Amino acid sequence: MTLYAALGAVEQGLVYGIMVIGVYLTFRILDFPDLTVDGSLPLGAAISAVAITGGINPYLSLVLAMGGGFCAGVATAVLNTKFKILHLLASILTMIALYSINIRIMGGPNIALLGTPTVFDAVSVLGVPPYLAGVVVFALFAILVAVIIIWFLSTELGQAILATGDNPQMITSLGVNTHTIIILGVGLSNALVALSGALVAQNQGAADVGMGIGTIIAGLASVIIGETVFGTASIARAFFAALLGSILYRLAIALALGVEFGHFSFNPSDLNLITALLVVSALIMPNIKKRLMQR
Amino acid sequence: MITLDHCHKYFHKGSVNEVYALNDICLQIREGDFITVIGSNGAGKSTLLNCIAGSFFPDSGTITINNHDVTKWPEYKRARFIARVFQDPLLGTCPSATIEQNLALAIKRGKRRGLGKGVKNSERDIFREKLGHLHLGLEERLLDRVGLLSGGQRQALTMLMATMIKPEVLLLDEHIAALDPKTANQILGLTSDIVGEQHLTTMMITHNMKHAIAFGNRLIMLHQGRIILDVDGTEKSKLTVDDLLQRFYTVQGEELSMDSMLLT
Repeated sequence: MTLYAALGAVEQGLVYGIMVIGVYLTFRILDFPDLTVDGSLPLGAAISAVAITGGINPYLSLVLAMGGGFCAGVATAVLNTKFKILHLLASILTMIALYSINIRIMGGPNIALLGTPTVFDAVSVLGVPPYLAGVVVFALFAILVAVIIIWFLSTELGQAILATGDNPQMITSLGVNTHTIIILGVGLSNALVALSGALVAQNQGAADVGMGIGTIIAGLASVIIGETVFGTASIARAFFAALLGSILYRLAIALALGVEFGHFSFNPSDLNLITALLVVSALIMPNIKKRLMQR
Repeated sequence: MITLDHCHKYFHKGSVNEVYALNDICLQIREGDFITVIGSNGAGKSTLLNCIAGSFFPDSGTITINNHDVTKWPEYKRARFIARVFQDPLLGTCPSATIEQNLALAIKRGKRRGLGKGVKNSERDIFREKLGHLHLGLEERLLDRVGLLSGGQRQALTMLMATMIKPEVLLLDEHIAALDPKTANQILGLTSDIVGEQHLTTMMITHNMKHAIAFGNRLIMLHQGRIILDVDGTEKSKLTVDDLLQRFYTVQGEELSMDSMLLT
């Protein structure tokens, strides 16, 4: 793997790391497997791209994207809590609906962002070389997001969110409406995923309705890799583990794509298979470790 | 004061599994009452407590707490009046949160939760002092995850959490049934101490007739969703286990004779 490829993988790991933090929030903290993310990632990209081409400040477009993502999460959570639809199904419904909505927002299946202002402009002005601009901006965003979420989860409200995922009966009898908490939590998660999508779009120079496919699997893979490698001893550690897991995941993918066995090499279309194998190996690793220790 | 007025509750209404869980329950819980609740399996004891707590609503009838009609209030909203301890020690605490985080969750029962610090320094002293009364050494372990504690320790912590803020009524649903005898006695002693000190209005379900007689100032017996015995004061203090068994077999006997009549 060349340094350039490695840099690209770190960059991707950081920007999708924001999505992974969102996935960690639903999947681990709220115990709510949420597939909405496959739709809310391109939703964020679409909103941001349309806003920027419409002349809106790129930073403001991120806020709008997060608002859109929040609404998508709320839709899923309301379907689940108020209408008693299974969380997985509720999130698939929202995801499918978002496909149409995203095309409506963009007025087509994709939008190019060529020559438009982006959040990277400010960094370039500071003299950061272009090939590093992405890494710098994404690292700032990812760390900021992680720190804010860790702080939020230590507040009274955040503690109620943690308790809702841990023991809903207990927190209900302590006077917390778990429905409200789930709606807030899933909304927040999808706001982060949309933010991630918006940043990806600005980086790639395009928003595409298909860019969200496999988001949840990449997110889960990153979460599991992070947990396995870095552990979850505290909330802070768990979130940074998720973020670093995202980077490891992208590096592993880049590594796999660069491998050549004689005439054989992997195609980008083999990504899903590689990801599935990665998740499987990360899942069975603790068991193998335990068995080896016993000997 | 808590009043249940003609409360009825069916489960699976209209199906072959229909259960008439609460049959015209009228009950006044006076302030300071410590009521022990007994009855055979399926008599409606837990249903009664769940109905008061708001886990589900009665099909008809009303429930009032301190002149608020709470019949249609969901469980989380009633929590400002009601504290609960469940049979399963795992249900009362959050395993992945620390002892102090659990207590901090409890100190906000029924209050707004905002963006203030989850565990405040000023609260830690209160926690340490309260934990000290348990004599389990937990006051030194504020930062330990609750998942590390034994069932008995967790139930003691749950008792503390339930009474952190004085509730209008404390509902104990066989809260010592899942513990070993020694621990059960400790928790029972703790219950008695806390209820006595704070003069808490309490309802305690128990399967142990001796406990039902020994604790509290009032005893009710449920059978098939009805209150078939409600004694308090001196009348209760004179009760013996034999009296209760007698009473119990009398109602069961009636049932048997009715069944045999149906069959012949």
